[in-house]
Amino acid sequence: MTEPTTQAGTPAPRRKDERPGRAGGASLNRLGDRKKARLEELAQASAGKGGVSLFRDALRRLRRNPAAIVGATIIALFVLVAIFAPLIAPHDPVQRFDELTSQLAADHIPGATDGFPLGSDELGRDLLSRLIYGSRQTLFVGVLATLIGLAIGVLLGAIAGAFGGWVDNILMRVTDVMLALPALLLAITLVALASKSSQWTVILAVAIVSVPVFARLLRGSMLAQRESDHVLAARALGVKEHNIVLRHMLPNAMTAVIVQATLTLSVAIIEAASLSFLGLGDPNRDRAEWGAMLGDAGVRYFEVRPELAYYPALAIIIVALGFTLLGEAMREAIDPKNRR
Amino acid sequence: MSLLDVRDLSVVFQRRGERPFTAVDKVSFTVEPGQTVGLVGESGCGKSVTSLAIMGLLPKRGNKVTGEVLFDGADLLKLRRDDMRDRRGRDIGMIFQDPLSSLNPVIPIGVQVAEVLERHQGRDRRQALREARELLDAVGIPDPDRRLKEYPHQISGGMRQRALIAIALACKPRLLIADEPTTALDVTIQAQILTLLKQLVDDTGTALIMITHDLGVVAGLCDTVNVLYGGKVVERARRHELFAHARHPYTHGLLNSVPRLDSTRGERLHAIRGSVADNIPWVEGCAFAPRCDNVVDACLEGAPTLEPTATGGDLRCNNPVSEEVAVP
Repeated sequence: MTEPTTQAGTPAPRRKDERPGRAGGASLNRLGDRKKARLEELAQASAGKGGVSLFRDALRRLRRNPAAIVGATIIALFVLVAIFAPLIAPHDPVQRFDELTSQLAADHIPGATDGFPLGSDELGRDLLSRLIYGSRQTLFVGVLATLIGLAIGVLLGAIAGAFGGWVDNILMRVTDVMLALPALLLAITLVALASKSSQWTVILAVAIVSVPVFARLLRGSMLAQRESDHVLAARALGVKEHNIVLRHMLPNAMTAVIVQATLTLSVAIIEAASLSFLGLGDPNRDRAEWGAMLGDAGVRYFEVRPELAYYPALAIIIVALGFTLLGEAMREAIDPKNRR
Repeated sequence: MSLLDVRDLSVVFQRRGERPFTAVDKVSFTVEPGQTVGLVGESGCGKSVTSLAIMGLLPKRGNKVTGEVLFDGADLLKLRRDDMRDRRGRDIGMIFQDPLSSLNPVIPIGVQVAEVLERHQGRDRRQALREARELLDAVGIPDPDRRLKEYPHQISGGMRQRALIAIALACKPRLLIADEPTTALDVTIQAQILTLLKQLVDDTGTALIMITHDLGVVAGLCDTVNVLYGGKVVERARRHELFAHARHPYTHGLLNSVPRLDSTRGERLHAIRGSVADNIPWVEGCAFAPRCDNVVDACLEGAPTLEPTATGGDLRCNNPVSEEVAVP
């Protein structure tokens, strides 16, 4: 193109909006006037805003989905509680209070009293404070495990999907093996392999368990992308192979994986709690952790004071539900079938 | 020297355990600089495969491409992968059929136009975006500043195809291959896009290979037309020759099957009987013979050869429609 030519014959769709008002201006009745005003309003509104991004588009759909709002609210509350735990919690979660310990007996754990709204745990600590601090542990383990799993899974999936052939074959057979084992069983095995269990063995075990899901998912959508028209079009433009993989295939393939990550968060939280419940988690009993609270005190003192099990269980369920709701809603919002 | 000289290009699909299928069978044609050449034929005649073979975009596995594709004298089929990649988009541009799926859905239009400039012209992002804005303006996209930032699903089909044309022409290639560029668009937009293509091609001196099944497109745009049937060129003629005196019964049938304004009311449209599925392999005879009205015995005794005609075209037929028969 030698110089930019503005064509007379081409339509300007934006401007078309204004035409009805202008053309019929002379003989407009009141209805037409209102229409004209409305059109001008529309034209002004659309002139001001730039392109709506894909992200904002999805966000708009999310906002209209009640499940997404409920999920997001739960997560927001959960994250706020975790961040501001020291401010919210009425007491130190590790301190044993004399007024509580004095009442502890083999068949009695004190319930709600003054200053301790949920009563005591089995060692005379404040149950509410421990629940509040437990959210930090859950958030930390869940998010970190998911991120590590996501990173490894994306790397493997992208390599498999981009190269194909024998690389793909080997990587996918490995993920097959991992997928064949039940997730929790695999996580238990991994934790048991570590000589000394700690918070980090839990995080790693949960992360590794989530890797094959991410890898599989990404590899599948990468392969689909490879056959897509826009990748062929990019090839026809001479775009280099690494740019085709990184710019054209990966970003298009990632949406499914990102949604999966939200769903995996809830699974990771449950798995981490399960490991702690089974006594495979952090050996530090002072650290408040919902799964451990449920496993230690909840089971042992269930007949004495079932609330020790109810509250942590409820917390786990609500948070996991929040992530699931948001994840499902995100999946729907980003689904290209709902686009446009 | 011709800009593009395709010689005996063949593409054979080979799947393990299946009989090889010859999609393109010794196709030869030339494109002169600035010329517009049409490749016409119905679905499955090998039009798109020909274009992908020229671009070197057919998957390596399962295909055998033979023959020569001389671009400026250099055989594209023998180029190293990297060299061919450098030429795609810079020397040869391509436009595809479906403008929505041919654009990357997660990248704004502007960046997609800029990408090819960065790749081939070594522009930095800012410079490339500035040029992208001019390109969008040149292809008649209104409010280019705004469109630069928009995503493919936010703009209309016609505008998407304009954006694709802008991308394909960004590096001022000497050859543009348009693979059914108007098929996915509605009729009014089709006309606009064709006018735009014609104007751009005329302005820049870009040669154009127009792949289409639509004779209306050919009539408006092409200098020379190659009619493909069953993977072979069956007739080649200058545009006016083709429309005035189509010699091959297939071309003749195609032209007859176009509805005309001056036909008598109630007159039925002519159709070519049968379908591509009735084709016989070229080695046994003329692939079109089972559907042909002019079939003679010789048609079933080996493929007819492509012979030059008196009017400067080529024809592959034993019993052509006589020159005197005017196309209605």
